Amino acid sequence: MRVRFWGTRGSIPVALTAADVRDRLAQALLAASGRSFASFGEAYAFAERELPFSLSHTYGGHSSCVELETGHDEYFVCDMGSGARAFGAHVLARQGGRPATINVFMSHVHWDHIMGFPFFGPAYVPGTRIRIYGCHEILEQALRLQQAPPCFPVAFDQLGASIEFVKLVPGQTREVSGLSVTPQLQRHSGDSYGFRFAAQGKSVVYSTDSEHKLEERSETERFVAFFRDADLVIFDAMYSLADAISVKADWGHSSNVIGVELCQMARARHLVLFHHEPANNDRAIEGLLKDARRLEELTRGAQPLQISAAHDGLEIGL
Amino acid sequence: MPLSHLSYDTARVLAPRGRLDHDNCEGFQADLAPHLQACERDGLALVLDLSGLDYVSSAGLRCLMIAAKQASAHNSRIVVASMQPVVSEIFQISRFNLVLEVFATMRDALASVSPQAAAAFDRG
Repeated sequence: MRVRFWGTRGSIPVALTAADVRDRLAQALLAASGRSFASFGEAYAFAERELPFSLSHTYGGHSSCVELETGHDEYFVCDMGSGARAFGAHVLARQGGRPATINVFMSHVHWDHIMGFPFFGPAYVPGTRIRIYGCHEILEQALRLQQAPPCFPVAFDQLGASIEFVKLVPGQTREVSGLSVTPQLQRHSGDSYGFRFAAQGKSVVYSTDSEHKLEERSETERFVAFFRDADLVIFDAMYSLADAISVKADWGHSSNVIGVELCQMARARHLVLFHHEPANNDRAIEGLLKDARRLEELTRGAQPLQISAAHDGLEIGL
Repeated sequence: MPLSHLSYDTARVLAPRGRLDHDNCEGFQADLAPHLQACERDGLALVLDLSGLDYVSSAGLRCLMIAAKQASAHNSRIVVASMQPVVSEIFQISRFNLVLEVFATMRDALASVSPQAAAAFDRG
């Protein structure tokens, strides 16, 4: 199984500004002072290996959209945030004119998780099949609403693809074209659902827009069971712990610290920090990643936990 | 986690030991409650000497935050001091160093409470 991140930002897409790019270039030039590069390849290698990720790359700006590639002809994707536009272009290029079948798993219908659907190219291609899975009753209504006048020029009914909505039941596992999926209720305004996927002996948990109340031990245990032995946990790490349980309590999100603790308790193998706070720049996100890795190091048990911060374009093979 | 206390004039000092985590934070909160009430009643500050604390989890940090909020709402105050390096790092990683008043030494913490508390500490 391969996991590909098309959108990783929380709440609203963000973009580097002209000033951001200029400042990065200036910092990179400073870092390269005294060096000379005979080719683009040498300069590329310097940028790749010697500059911090937060300077040479960006965690990116699209809102939630994560693809799971299982080797099946069909596509599998979690959420239709603004990253769905790039995911759609990828599908169209890969299909080379053949209609695709795409299975979409919706955590919830807040705007940042549906806003990419009107820009999802395959939805306009006749012959394409799109199955949208979720636990919310209002899933179809929400997707139709955002394409209704005066918000968007193309109505949902004008889309060329065949679109089907499939209701999932929390706690009940369903097989979808060789991929098993189990939804779990999460604490978030209007409810959200995490998904545990399994195929080919590997398991991935997609758990975003989920707040964890530390005083409810049974809730902690419920999530530890949901994450148990997962190969990969994609986790809402929007805030610092202090923010998540004080000034931003009840905002429906979690922190890097709680991600580390839950994954350690569950003996998960790889934690991916996800749904980055839009106010955080790349350096701040890199700081949260370093903090999480240090906490894991300080509290490591028998099994180490690998930790990454998701960025648009990240691919993880399992 | 049994909590005995020392008094330094306007400060009451508690020294939790071991681990403060999901398994024992409820008990810690219950053990802390009478000391908080005494501080609120007598107009004292509560100083937590963390030199014997080996580890604190998110649940333990939440207990500390709730206690500090409760104290603040009742004209009292909680400060923490003398953290072991691991606990100090956990405070920084979680940004709890921005939530609670943190001091490097007990004397610094007591001096922040009152000159009398620091003087009492100096007298031993």
